[in-house]
Amino acid sequence: MTALHRKLLRDLWHLRGPATAISLVMACGVATFVMSLCTLETLWRAQSEYYDRYRFADVFVRVKRAPESLAARLAEIPGVAQVETRIVEQVNLDVSGYPEPATGRLVSIPDYRPPRLNQLHLRRGRRPEPEREGEVLVSEGFADAHRLQPGDKVRAILNGRRQDLMIVGIALSPEFIYQIREGDLIPDDKRYGVFWMPRTALEAVFDMDGAFNDAVLSLTPDAVPGEVLRRTDDLTEPYGGIGAFDRSEQASHKFVTNEMSELRGMALVVPTIFLLVSAFLLQVVVSRLIGTQREQIATLKAFGYRRSEVGVHYLEMIMVMAVLGVILGTVAGAWLGASVAAMYARFFRFPEFQFHLSPRVLLAAAGLSLTVAGLATLGAVRRAMALPPAEAMRPEPPAAYGTSWIDSQRVFRDASPVVRMIVRQIARRPFRSAMTCFGISLAVAVLILGSFMVDALDDVIDLEFTVAQRQDMMLTFFEPTVGRGVANVRHLTGVLSIEPFRALPVRLRAQNHSRRLALLGLPSDARLYRIVDRDRRAIPVPRHGVVISANLAKALELSAGDWLTVEVLEGKRPVVHLQIESLVADFQGESAYADLAVVNRLMQEGNVVSGVFLTADAAHLNALYRQLKETPQIASVSLKGAALTSIRQTIAANILRMRAFNVGFACVIAFGVVYNSARIALAERGRDLATLRVIGFRRGEVSGILLGELALFTLAAIPFGLLLGYGMADLVIHMAYDTELFRIPLVVNRWTYAFAATTTILAAACSGLIVARRVGQLDLIAVLKTRE
Amino acid sequence: MGKTNPRTEGMPATSEECRTHPHERVPVFQARGLTRVYRVGDIEIQALRGIDLDLYSGEFVVLLGPSGSGKSTLLNILGGLDAPTSGFVRFRDHDLVAADEAALTEFRRDHVGFVFQFYNLIPSLTARENVALITDITPNAMRPEDAIRVVGLADRMNHFPAQLSGGEQQRVAIARAIAKRPDVLLCDEPTGALDVTTGVTVLEAIESVNRELGTTTAVITHNAVIAGIADRVISLSDGRIVREEHNAIRKPPRELVW
Repeated sequence: MTALHRKLLRDLWHLRGPATAISLVMACGVATFVMSLCTLETLWRAQSEYYDRYRFADVFVRVKRAPESLAARLAEIPGVAQVETRIVEQVNLDVSGYPEPATGRLVSIPDYRPPRLNQLHLRRGRRPEPEREGEVLVSEGFADAHRLQPGDKVRAILNGRRQDLMIVGIALSPEFIYQIREGDLIPDDKRYGVFWMPRTALEAVFDMDGAFNDAVLSLTPDAVPGEVLRRTDDLTEPYGGIGAFDRSEQASHKFVTNEMSELRGMALVVPTIFLLVSAFLLQVVVSRLIGTQREQIATLKAFGYRRSEVGVHYLEMIMVMAVLGVILGTVAGAWLGASVAAMYARFFRFPEFQFHLSPRVLLAAAGLSLTVAGLATLGAVRRAMALPPAEAMRPEPPAAYGTSWIDSQRVFRDASPVVRMIVRQIARRPFRSAMTCFGISLAVAVLILGSFMVDALDDVIDLEFTVAQRQDMMLTFFEPTVGRGVANVRHLTGVLSIEPFRALPVRLRAQNHSRRLALLGLPSDARLYRIVDRDRRAIPVPRHGVVISANLAKALELSAGDWLTVEVLEGKRPVVHLQIESLVADFQGESAYADLAVVNRLMQEGNVVSGVFLTADAAHLNALYRQLKETPQIASVSLKGAALTSIRQTIAANILRMRAFNVGFACVIAFGVVYNSARIALAERGRDLATLRVIGFRRGEVSGILLGELALFTLAAIPFGLLLGYGMADLVIHMAYDTELFRIPLVVNRWTYAFAATTTILAAACSGLIVARRVGQLDLIAVLKTRE
Repeated sequence: MGKTNPRTEGMPATSEECRTHPHERVPVFQARGLTRVYRVGDIEIQALRGIDLDLYSGEFVVLLGPSGSGKSTLLNILGGLDAPTSGFVRFRDHDLVAADEAALTEFRRDHVGFVFQFYNLIPSLTARENVALITDITPNAMRPEDAIRVVGLADRMNHFPAQLSGGEQQRVAIARAIAKRPDVLLCDEPTGALDVTTGVTVLEAIESVNRELGTTTAVITHNAVIAGIADRVISLSDGRIVREEHNAIRKPPRELVW
């Protein structure tokens, strides 16, 4: 080892505190980067491998009832590679030992061959045999939630008849990676499951002999998807087709993709913050180090070391800190990534989901960190290289202070010398002071960034489940039902009030834009389900026209007062023009509402509803559930309380964990910035502070001077950090969470601000106190014997 | 000299000192058998090898010796910055050897004024503010302006250290040291970093403080010429007191030449 390398190691050892702080901050950046991008890549690989191996379909078609012969015509559409027709039905389930009703989605599989598309991965058990009645495969999520095993039974109401579904195996499908019931915000494995049943068995139960009501298509590589969709719609229209759609509208695919875009946003924003902070810390520490080593640099040069050798020496020192950060960050990132992947594995059902530490991502993380470290310290290293030996032999010129504007301030005139010391020290290096403040404020911002999601979701939940939806449950009927069905519900035990609704599959058109969605018809005096905007204002049900989401209007390039074309995809498929009476700024972003009477009039039907919202007497819930399970017309029951619980559990499991990570990260930043500032303040002013000790200042008073400055920085940083955090949350929402699926509102509540400020102050105080302990170790005698 | 310090009863001075000293005074410091051993790595450095010393109230003492003679170590022990390896030091009724770190801080705070070779002013504070730094923490202090006037820098009061010459900075340091009306003024090579002319002005400031305020003053120096301005000159060499002289007449600093 050369002498210079020994010096390097000893200098690093001497700087171990600040160096560790820098490496830790850098490690946080690398960790989030590695975690997000590796998880993203893991997801992406798992998804594309799954899709490939199990032939996930490209186009999805729903019809009311079409003859099997239509399949051949679909296959003839140019660009279509394969067609698989199916029977898909929603049924009510009765799981023994579980009082609440659950919903099952029955999907047919060919009797004796695997499906051509959306093939199943059999986890356990065997495939059902068409000859044996009621044999099914169940989705893994539902099986896990109810601890179902092959051999167990689940009772279902199939087309009005009760039947036991005999579970013979547990399976997964690329179609249901994310298994969520239509209209739900979050999956609920306890109340929603998928069952696969042989085609002939389902045909028999639902009277669908030689017919199908669902088809999936795959495309050839040269297919023009838009054209295929259009032609498919043309072919299926006579059979009650409600519009073919591609993967982008397929629920599971949409959610998985959405998650990936969130991860991508996270991989950009958070590591950037950490790299910025570590760059700043490196810059300050290395500049300071080179300042104190002027004489050593001069001596090295006087003895013939080249400029480049001096430069490399310091660069090596910087790289040691950066590489340490990269290694730590990679280890932490891998650990966090594995933990996030485990979390995903609970929501996203893949046959295999192994966290994959991508070498590409690791290289990028290392390259990025080392480059940032190099760039941040370039100036300081170049100064060291350029230092002329004769000049460098002289100690660094003493700090020059002068009067500034601040001295003329009235408040300042009465300030004590200690306060003046602090203020002038800050004012003397405005850039560094500002950067220190900025660094601390980033810690505050990271805390807000990591916590606001909980607030935002709380806000959505509250709005959605308290302000807008006031029902206890929502029932949907198999078929649009006339008044009598509604009356039956009203007379069930425990029902307090009901309110009918009609959900109509429609396509909204405006010029060259179109959107498929469900137009919700509500009674004009709706009380249980209200149209509510982001500001919690209830918007009246439109009298003649529609109310649509502001987001949707934007996508269609329409505004209030404009007319749009509504193509109904059900019944006689009327096409009507309706005026947009007003827009509603809501979260889900893709809603359209009309008066129930208007909907029924345009359908040329009487008083027909798709379902009802109801409130129930809590004392009679179990009796009501029992009756609902036995009511054949009811296709599904959604319990608001259950949805709420499931959402809260999901938030607790995922978001709170991410929040814990973020708190850790933010503490590292706050600690790192304050610790380094304090160490440097101590190094730069050690002589002053020791002098004060000698002339009789108590240790606490001297520590006060050191900490006073940091306290000022911290206090100044907090309001700015709160603002910055709000701004970053806004940015993250735009980058990662402003998807069509779901618009997360920017809500940061007071507690989150208080939490961010308090945590930062605590982290800063801890690091300040650690450094303040060194005030006691100041060498009082040595400091008097040396010139500055 | 015009000093009239009444003798205090019960003064624990030796009869020899009473005999040899022209004035009978209260001993402010009493040191007996002081040794100080530093350990640097495996090497022991014997900085003090048994010092007996009394400093009397109001007197001006010069501790003279070459570098390494132990004079700074002695001054540091007297000033409560360092502790002897053996022996005892007493300041009035304070036992400085038994005192802990906090008690030593209080001792410095209440009784001692320091002047250092390199001034040790706070660069971010003006001359007046550097003095105010001390007067703020001392109950019975002078006004900072008055302390600065004593050292003749009334017109430089609002200058920062970087805007003052070396001599001016040292005079500010003296003003800072005396502003709290210390019982003892300890100066470690106060002219060590200064040229002759400037050094003389600094010594004049110290001398006038001693004369006018009656502050017990100890100046350490390696410059034998300075000895002329003291009441008593104590020479140290190799950690021991080798000579002690009394000047019948103190020479005014401006007559010094080196």
